[in-house]
Amino acid sequence: MTNAVELRNITLAYGSFVAVENVSLSIEKGTFLTLLGPSGCGKTTILRSIAGLVNPTAGDIEIAGRRVNDVPIHKRNIGLVFQNYALFPHKTIFDNIGFGLKYRNVPKPAIAAKVKRALEIVRLPGVEKKLPSELSGGQQQRIALARAIVIEPDVLLLDEPLSALDANLRDEMRVELKQIQRQTGITTIFVTHDQGEALAMSDRVVVMNRGRIEQMGSPFDVYEHPQTEFVAGFLGNANFLQATVVAMQGEAVQVRLAGGANLLVGGGHARPVKPGDAVKVVVRAEKVVVTPECTVPIMARIVDVDYLGALARYEVELAGGQRLRALSSLHEKARSLGETVGVGIDPEHCRIL
Amino acid sequence: MAVSMLSAAEKRRPWILLAPTLAALVLLMLVPIGIMLVYSFYKFQTAGVETPDLNLGNWHEFFSDSYYHGFLWKTARISAITALLCAVMGYPPAYFIAMTSFRHKWLLLLLLIVPFWISFTIRTFSWVHILGEKGVINASLMGLGLISEPIPMLYTEGSVIMGMIHFLLPYMVLNIYVSLDGIDRNLISAARSLGCTNWQAFKEVTLPLSLPGLGAGLLLSFVLAAGSYVTPQILGGRKDSLFGNLIFDTIMKELNWPMGTTLSVVLLVLLGIVSIIYSRYMGLSTITKGLSR
Repeated sequence: MTNAVELRNITLAYGSFVAVENVSLSIEKGTFLTLLGPSGCGKTTILRSIAGLVNPTAGDIEIAGRRVNDVPIHKRNIGLVFQNYALFPHKTIFDNIGFGLKYRNVPKPAIAAKVKRALEIVRLPGVEKKLPSELSGGQQQRIALARAIVIEPDVLLLDEPLSALDANLRDEMRVELKQIQRQTGITTIFVTHDQGEALAMSDRVVVMNRGRIEQMGSPFDVYEHPQTEFVAGFLGNANFLQATVVAMQGEAVQVRLAGGANLLVGGGHARPVKPGDAVKVVVRAEKVVVTPECTVPIMARIVDVDYLGALARYEVELAGGQRLRALSSLHEKARSLGETVGVGIDPEHCRIL
Repeated sequence: MAVSMLSAAEKRRPWILLAPTLAALVLLMLVPIGIMLVYSFYKFQTAGVETPDLNLGNWHEFFSDSYYHGFLWKTARISAITALLCAVMGYPPAYFIAMTSFRHKWLLLLLLIVPFWISFTIRTFSWVHILGEKGVINASLMGLGLISEPIPMLYTEGSVIMGMIHFLLPYMVLNIYVSLDGIDRNLISAARSLGCTNWQAFKEVTLPLSLPGLGAGLLLSFVLAAGSYVTPQILGGRKDSLFGNLIFDTIMKELNWPMGTTLSVVLLVLLGIVSIIYSRYMGLSTITKGLSR
């Protein structure tokens, strides 16, 4: 089966600035793939090069098995949704959605039927005669989505489509966008800097940094098994601990933290290690358990408490002076500043980078 | 509620702040126009002498004498031709400046303003040396032996239109530029992604969205052209006089102030009507936006 989109060694440079460096990516048909990364990491540039808005300096782009490097944008069958919606302000909603169909020479009665169907999919039936300015931001984004999917594109390209919406609406649209994608089965590439969106919506996440792919995999994979420090730091709230490998225990690794405490790492390692190696252990803040019992091997002192209602965020200092952040759900009273506590870390949730 | 909470002093403040402007406008514009209106009902005795016995004589003369209507018609025609030619000639450079990826866009805009640094009259006179019998064009063509007699170009309707385009084109370009510059580039990308060629995207998106600027430019060019008298005076022949020249001659040569003021009021009202019709459909704000850049 041919992939919906295939990028082979894409490089894109503006003069001496390299926006995207040697990126290869295969996207299976029907997949919801997210390009995740900080601004300037090249994610939007990749999207724009698939759309045909920019041309790669090197490498090949294939859409639905066809090499499209030299195919102009209007002859690539793509749906594009922008952060600022980009609805035609002088055209009615009907004309906006029907726009792509008109240029595909779809007969008028069929256009009307398809527009109606698209409005039902985005749950805004009956707004055909309105102008974009008469709709709210969230509604405009739905229309933009309807306009992009009504042409049944080979791939739907979404450029931070939710970031202009306010927080509540964003969550709602997130769910709906995912539903629409599942319902229509359109291969979707979603660009965002929001890890929450990426984890919640995607089948696959591609984490990018400085024009390169850092890691790709399922949301669970990139979150639980980060391959690089960047990925671990960008997704979620990670602690990095300096440690020395003491011994290998089958799959697990025994390490000694800088302060002398021992820790069993069972979450695997990004590269091979042997006893004596200095390593970095990553553990997520929500996996660090702060307990009053002193039976656990690692002791720490609380140096900062952020009370967040349902949660408390602690900063604890270990014996060697290393600090750890811990995010605990509060079933009882929050611990107080200066208290000595035990820090429990499940071996499963530690990983060596 | 909020209104009643303002103290008397706070209510007065906007008026105090507006007072200098209002006073200037009233004293320097409304009062003189009012005086002109009154003069149009005076009776013309002989050159430079009029008597304040109010009558409709001047207005009757204007409405009944086709001599004046001819001027009006010619002025409207030449102004319309000028405005349209400005639009045709102004759109491409405005489009270029708006769409270029050239980093120093301000330089291109500055180039548009540069002509304003030279006196309007001098700029107009320069055409005499270009189009005249011994002007650059005729001299070169005769020097090359392409023509034996100079081509009459100066003191024609064409040279008047040429001169007016010369002075109005920057206004047109600026107005179109402002509305083109305000168009979200994503709209063009969106249209392209939906299947438009570059040209189709221009027709569907760019052109319709730049119409307000184009309209503002047309109105401004038309109104300024219709009110001009220096350009036809310098570059036009005897029969190329426009309504402005008619007013000038009536007041300055015939010293017939009552008729001159009548004609002035007519021009003011007619151009006012054109502007009102425009603002009904386009909104005048685009003009002020264009000028404030």
